[in-house]
Amino acid sequence: MLGKLTWAAVPFDQPIPLFAAALVGVVIMGVLAWITLKGWLPYLWQEWITSVDHKRIGIMYILLAMVMLLRGFSDAIMMRSQQALALHSEGYLPPEHYDQIFSAHGTLMILFVAMPFVIGLMNFVMPLQLGIRDVAFPTLNSVSFWLTATGALLVNISLVVGEFARTGWLPFPPLSEITYSPGVGVDYYLWALQISGVGTLLTGVNFVTTVLKVHAPGMTYMRMPIFCWTTLASNLMIVAAFPMLTATLAMLLLDRYLGFHFFTNDGGGNVMMFMNLIWAWGHPEVYILILPAFGVFSEVVSTFSGKPLFGYRSMVMATMAICILSFTVWLHHFFTMGAGADVNAIFGITSAIIAVPTGVKIFNWLFTMYGGRIVYSTPMLWSIGFMVTFVIGGVTGVLLAVPPADFVLHESLFQVAHFHNVIIGGVLFGAFAGYTFWFPKAFGFRLHEGLGKAAFWCWIVGFYVAFMPLYVLGLMGMTRRMQHYDVPAWRPWLLIAAGGAAIILVGIILQIVQLAVSIRRREELRDVTGDPWNGRSLEWATSSPPPAFNFAVLPRVEGRDAYWTIKQRARQQGGLSKEPRYTDIEMPRNSPTGFICAFFATFMGFALIWHIWWMVAVAALGAYATFVVFAWRDRVEYVIPADEVARIDRANRSARGEALVHMQATP
Amino acid sequence: MSAFEAAVGHERDLPDRRYTAERTAGGLLSKRIIVGYGFWIFLLSDIVMFSAFFATYAVLVDATAGGPSGRELFNLRNVAIETACLLLSSFTCGLASIGARKHRGSWFFGAMAATCILGVAFLFIEVREFAGMVAQGAGPTRSAFLSAFFTLVGCHGLHVTAGLLWLMTMMAQVFAKGYRADILRRVLCFGLFWHTLDIIWVAIFTVVYLMGAGQ
Repeated sequence: MLGKLTWAAVPFDQPIPLFAAALVGVVIMGVLAWITLKGWLPYLWQEWITSVDHKRIGIMYILLAMVMLLRGFSDAIMMRSQQALALHSEGYLPPEHYDQIFSAHGTLMILFVAMPFVIGLMNFVMPLQLGIRDVAFPTLNSVSFWLTATGALLVNISLVVGEFARTGWLPFPPLSEITYSPGVGVDYYLWALQISGVGTLLTGVNFVTTVLKVHAPGMTYMRMPIFCWTTLASNLMIVAAFPMLTATLAMLLLDRYLGFHFFTNDGGGNVMMFMNLIWAWGHPEVYILILPAFGVFSEVVSTFSGKPLFGYRSMVMATMAICILSFTVWLHHFFTMGAGADVNAIFGITSAIIAVPTGVKIFNWLFTMYGGRIVYSTPMLWSIGFMVTFVIGGVTGVLLAVPPADFVLHESLFQVAHFHNVIIGGVLFGAFAGYTFWFPKAFGFRLHEGLGKAAFWCWIVGFYVAFMPLYVLGLMGMTRRMQHYDVPAWRPWLLIAAGGAAIILVGIILQIVQLAVSIRRREELRDVTGDPWNGRSLEWATSSPPPAFNFAVLPRVEGRDAYWTIKQRARQQGGLSKEPRYTDIEMPRNSPTGFICAFFATFMGFALIWHIWWMVAVAALGAYATFVVFAWRDRVEYVIPADEVARIDRANRSARGEALVHMQATP
Repeated sequence: MSAFEAAVGHERDLPDRRYTAERTAGGLLSKRIIVGYGFWIFLLSDIVMFSAFFATYAVLVDATAGGPSGRELFNLRNVAIETACLLLSSFTCGLASIGARKHRGSWFFGAMAATCILGVAFLFIEVREFAGMVAQGAGPTRSAFLSAFFTLVGCHGLHVTAGLLWLMTMMAQVFAKGYRADILRRVLCFGLFWHTLDIIWVAIFTVVYLMGAGQ
């Protein structure tokens, strides 16, 4: 009846996961009870869960990322403290638990923190910057989000029911084959990624179509903000790379479930083929993450330097070059495979070449700042912190791209330090910069600056204290993923690294406090005009938060920095342009399709993990029926009448008009 | 008219087809163009997935682990019939698209039914081939080569199955709701999907069967 699922799956004998799960359970129940008691459930269902509005979906993505960041960071703290303790001893985490923790940490941080964070930012910002009302396929967008949430849910269910993979964030065979990992851990990993992978792929399709085919009048490709270009590049890479992940994981699933021989040691299977396939996805994946962050920095640096971005065209070229080159370097993840000197040399050279467009970008940001009136706001601090940190990470990356050096440093803590250096210093700093930068656009009030800056300093200091020792440890010969060790010389460095993690923890606490304080003091932090930073692109041309339809009248774009041009003209003319003629606006109706589909996907994933075949069939049927019901709808849009549009837009215009008068009075 | 527009068909709802700045900027592109374009991107991603299976097959084709190779297993006559069924179904699918655009029920339903029958015939032959191979001990668990073969060809078969499900859903939808714009867009996407399966089959036919049998 329930396949492999029995009470033995619940780890009653392991206090840590059980306690953590109980805590999470209590928090979830508490939140749900609070929402129900307050009577917010209908609001939540109508306005958020079933929403197809790109802004709301973007916010939900970022919320998911932040919650998962807390989970992933708890894993990090546990690993750092375990390694700080485990000299000549077992520490407090038994090996099978420690292995699950580092696997879950990597999986969560890359696929359920970094990915939803950047996808959330793209979701929220890109349509606003293009001057349009929504993405090309709004309901599909909602499906994508909820499938991603399903994946995250499955990973977290594994905490209480069964176990998670012990195979690292990428399940390398033959360890991940059924012979050596007979439990359900790897299955949790595989199905969580397959389901959320579908969501990500659909996002890719959706966003590529949006950027290439849906713009405001006059928004030609070479007038798009750089963030839209990086969104395009990143999603092109999703479309080209994620199907490979799906295929690779499908093969591993077939090996595990049906006894196929793709990656097994017997029957002619080829283990190194898995390495090639998974990294052919995995390397583009890191650029999928970093490119949107580059886009955020481009917007932030030019806004807070009060200058147009230096070298727009070279920035576009560099972005698209990275988009293509990222598919030519995958083999540098396993130089030690033994492919021979010639193959290694080629991939070493391509890996060095891909640093060039990245370098171009760094210089463009520096030259944008040069001669500008720089405002050192929180997003700008994250950006400058990024530039310094990312260059260090990039240099160690180029070092690792040299095959002989890689033979020495492969799978050492030097490598761990390198990728944290670029992912924290690049993706995460970019995500936080974007979060602070666009928060007022999303909610109508700014985040508290002082606390934001304090959080930034904790993060950056904590980062250096936590990860620079790992470079040293790597050079001293410490390999990654060690549950215990017997080299006393490593101990002091590991203690310092644990201290760094503690400083980062303070940073995270400060971010939570910042959010709470900002909500409490929202009236004094209110963004009345919709343009709190003296912005340059079209998202600042509408109110904060923007109305459901984004723009009362689609803006006419006449050049780069579209909103800056509009503002300049208003200043010269001494007033806003004359009121446009408002018309009715058709918007897509909300739909529970995404949520229901993900509901069935969750059951299907769970049933597949535990071999509950009848439930698989029921859930598959349910998902299909959901789509048919969605396809049978007759009314897919609703109309916002012109009067309503006029009322909303006039309120914003009057706020902007007052700001303009105020600005001219105080030059 | 660009090649892309030629591929997705004429606009029936937009008589003014002048090439204006607004049109190139995309603000006024019709839903038909956007949906067709988006679906093409999806199909490209599907082709990428197949290419991963093709690459795997190419790597593992000689890893027979002492078991049978393609030369001993493939029956080209069967495959020829299969191919004929699928290519013909693409033709009837094209007829159905024209029927839908002309709002001609007899064309549309007749051609869709023919597509369906040909698709089922294709699947029947494929399943029979698979069953035969399993019966003579050449199932997917026998060797890495056979794992790769069953996965690549079976993945295409699964796509055809999903396509048939979609086909019948579309017939039911047109029957229940008529030739509404959104339904016609779905018929367009279905057509693109079905033709793509044909393209992939041509690659399978060549890489797996012709090259395999000629080894």
